[in-house]
Amino acid sequence: MLTAPEIDPVHAPTGFIRRYIFSTDHKVIGMQYLLTAMFMALVAGALAMLMRLQLAWPGQKWPLLARIFPDGMAGGVMKPEFYLSLITMHGTLMVFFVISFALLGGFGNFLIPLQIGARDMAYPFLNMLSYWTAVPASLIMLASFFVEGGAASAGWTSYPPLSAVREAVPGSQWGQTLWILGMAIFIASFTMGGLNFVVTILNERTKGMTMMRLPMTIWTLFIASALGLLAFPPLTAAAILLLFDRHFGTSFYLPAGMFFGNKLLPHAGGTPLLWQHLFWFLGHPEVYVLLLPALGVVLDILPAFTRKPIFGHRMTMYSLWTIAVLSMIVWGHHMYVSGMSPYVGEFFAIGTMAITLPSAIIGMNMIASLWGGTLRFRTPMLFAIGAISLFGTGGLGGIFLGNATSDIHLHDTYFVVGHFHYMIGGVTLFGLLAGVYYWFPKMFGRMLNESWGKVHFWVTLVGFYSVFFGMHFIGLGGQPRRYYDFTKFEFLKPFTEMNLFISIAAFVLGAAQLLFLLNFFWSWFRGTKADSNPWQAATLEWSAASPPPHDNWGEKLPVVHRWPYDYSLPEATEDYAPQIAAPAGGRSGSWR
Amino acid sequence: MANNVVRKRPLHRILLAAGMWLIPVVAVIFGAGNWLPPLASEHGAGIDGILRYLLITVGALLVIGHLVLGYFILRFGGQERVGPFRMPSARTERMWSLVPVVILALVAEGGVLVLGLPVWDKFYASAAPADSVVIEVTAEQFAWNVRYSGPDGKFGPTDPKRITLNEPLGLDRSDPATKDDILVLNEIWVPLGLPVQILLRSKDTLHSFFLPNFRVKQDAVPGMNIQFWFVPTKVGTFELACAELCGLGHFEMRGLFHVLPREEFQKWLSEQSPAQ
Repeated sequence: MLTAPEIDPVHAPTGFIRRYIFSTDHKVIGMQYLLTAMFMALVAGALAMLMRLQLAWPGQKWPLLARIFPDGMAGGVMKPEFYLSLITMHGTLMVFFVISFALLGGFGNFLIPLQIGARDMAYPFLNMLSYWTAVPASLIMLASFFVEGGAASAGWTSYPPLSAVREAVPGSQWGQTLWILGMAIFIASFTMGGLNFVVTILNERTKGMTMMRLPMTIWTLFIASALGLLAFPPLTAAAILLLFDRHFGTSFYLPAGMFFGNKLLPHAGGTPLLWQHLFWFLGHPEVYVLLLPALGVVLDILPAFTRKPIFGHRMTMYSLWTIAVLSMIVWGHHMYVSGMSPYVGEFFAIGTMAITLPSAIIGMNMIASLWGGTLRFRTPMLFAIGAISLFGTGGLGGIFLGNATSDIHLHDTYFVVGHFHYMIGGVTLFGLLAGVYYWFPKMFGRMLNESWGKVHFWVTLVGFYSVFFGMHFIGLGGQPRRYYDFTKFEFLKPFTEMNLFISIAAFVLGAAQLLFLLNFFWSWFRGTKADSNPWQAATLEWSAASPPPHDNWGEKLPVVHRWPYDYSLPEATEDYAPQIAAPAGGRSGSWR
Repeated sequence: MANNVVRKRPLHRILLAAGMWLIPVVAVIFGAGNWLPPLASEHGAGIDGILRYLLITVGALLVIGHLVLGYFILRFGGQERVGPFRMPSARTERMWSLVPVVILALVAEGGVLVLGLPVWDKFYASAAPADSVVIEVTAEQFAWNVRYSGPDGKFGPTDPKRITLNEPLGLDRSDPATKDDILVLNEIWVPLGLPVQILLRSKDTLHSFFLPNFRVKQDAVPGMNIQFWFVPTKVGTFELACAELCGLGHFEMRGLFHVLPREEFQKWLSEQSPAQ
């Protein structure tokens, strides 16, 4: 195994700018990503609140909002084009600029060197570059709200022709171009980060840290990075082709005979289905790029709060890999009714259902991990249990959609909205919050306030189910997604009260996250001081100081003697043995 | 294990278990409700059958999963272990993994292979019967152009070059096949019990032909002619919605779908004045 050569002690930079702004320290970069994600979450969350405002009281006048959005809410009433910008940007920001930033950028950067026993990432400068590439991508996305025509409004999936033809929808003017540029730059940033993650995990592990002794967080980050590196390039290519269609008269996605704005467009020879294939070739693996690290966090938190290893460590690991491989060949389940060949649809239906098998193994193993444990209900554990529940409910909902035949009725209804919010909205949010409560003491040397945390958990759990559970059922009723107003159809009338309830629950859910932000910033400076291992956890990062010094480990790198889950050992007096504890005994030496 | 365990009763043990047990209760209440729009098509019975099958089997998994999770929380919450924890063997873990694999292979893959694909094949992959009523639907922002071929059974040719605001399909009015075509906007009339074949096109962006009561949904894609057929089984007027984001008016791209008894349909058809 390769280990980093012992080098001269790394001297921390002294100037403010080198230390906190253009820093190459993985911990600072992780924090930068996390804070950026929190800011973007505020924006994207506010967009969701505006959407729910319109859906609860369609056409209502909000004079105050007219002042904030003089264009989109002229006269206080939301315009349809503004609503479409809201759904598009809420989805784009949440998926790429919140969850990816926080889970991969934030946790990935902060945790990888600490959990594998390295002083920093393999390429610290590339790491800094990755973050400082992500910043302009974010700014471009945010700026798109202020250009003519408003932000992109073809949905986060940006299907052409809506996204390719400027006359198709107002957001398809400069907003869509900025969306493409923002995404391309984001992908460049992700690629730098992902490469760095993979190389660091493979090459920078300390002595004794074999691959099989890596904690689940690292494994899932590794799989997610590899998956992202494989899946993102096709979207870059797709986005460039879209840019050409928009600005240079090519016809990759545009067939002949399209009639817009009282004129026939000169395109010929392309098909919108090409974009759908390229988009979902990224889009489906992307779900797992986000989901797997959240599961990894949960799988690492469970041992510390049950005081035992997770159940089925090996089978879970195999399942994670199986999901990753399968996720590359199921993208077509987003396209059952798209006009794609129905025979291809059958292949994708069978393949998609195959993913339920490893997913169910992981779900069952997470529940079974509680068996025989001594459960400690601290905030990280509460969110971890919440994530297990959401993974179950959301995953089971997916069985309705993966079946091509039932998807004929459910496709593009609120069933889909409910389902994907459970998976890439809920499991990731709960995993993320569990992780923040868990690693906050390592990041800042202080604890997050536990009572506020518990209130936050309960409002978030109840709020989440209230918002998204019922969506499955109004989806069964046929309520289509991306509708600005549900009052135009008779068959949607029975869901009026349900939509009102969902909106109110959404406002409560949103408000609860402000409580968390308050707790975060208050505890950062005023929280109770934490020692280096407040949860008595065994993984390597808890052997570093809290917060860790610039070089993480002082003069000597730690040496690892056992796997990361040695809790309640037969021979020990302490109920856990940190990974650096020597000599090896009991279950260490192998995977166990 | 039981003799070297000290039990404490933290509040969150009860709360969490109660929360996890409340979820299946809510799920059963919701799942027992009648959410689907009243059914009006033949193949729709197959789709509803799958949905009901999944609501019951998948619902049972959700209920069992949460009951077990709540029970584990209640049983192991707050106990303090004094002695060691014994790891289950790798073999035990492998055997347990078979449980979800077998269950989901049956529920999920079984749902696709046994229940799903036959209905899917009938809807998508089988040729429309010879007695089908053929209707061309051309979607545009934000309307449904409906065309019947008239007595000659032939649709007149369309050409995008001929499209104007007054000629939304680009028809050639002098063509003999076109002269008897019947054009309707945003309304479709069909007979009860006969197969209806839809020839779906789009002249601008993506749309989706969604008939909630008929369990029919199919994207309209510019540059593609997509065909599918189904059999209406209920007389009445139903709503046609667009289910693929198509622009500003997506939410109000509404059409009406009238199912008439056969004689009334023939009467309606004979009363329509042809294109020219």
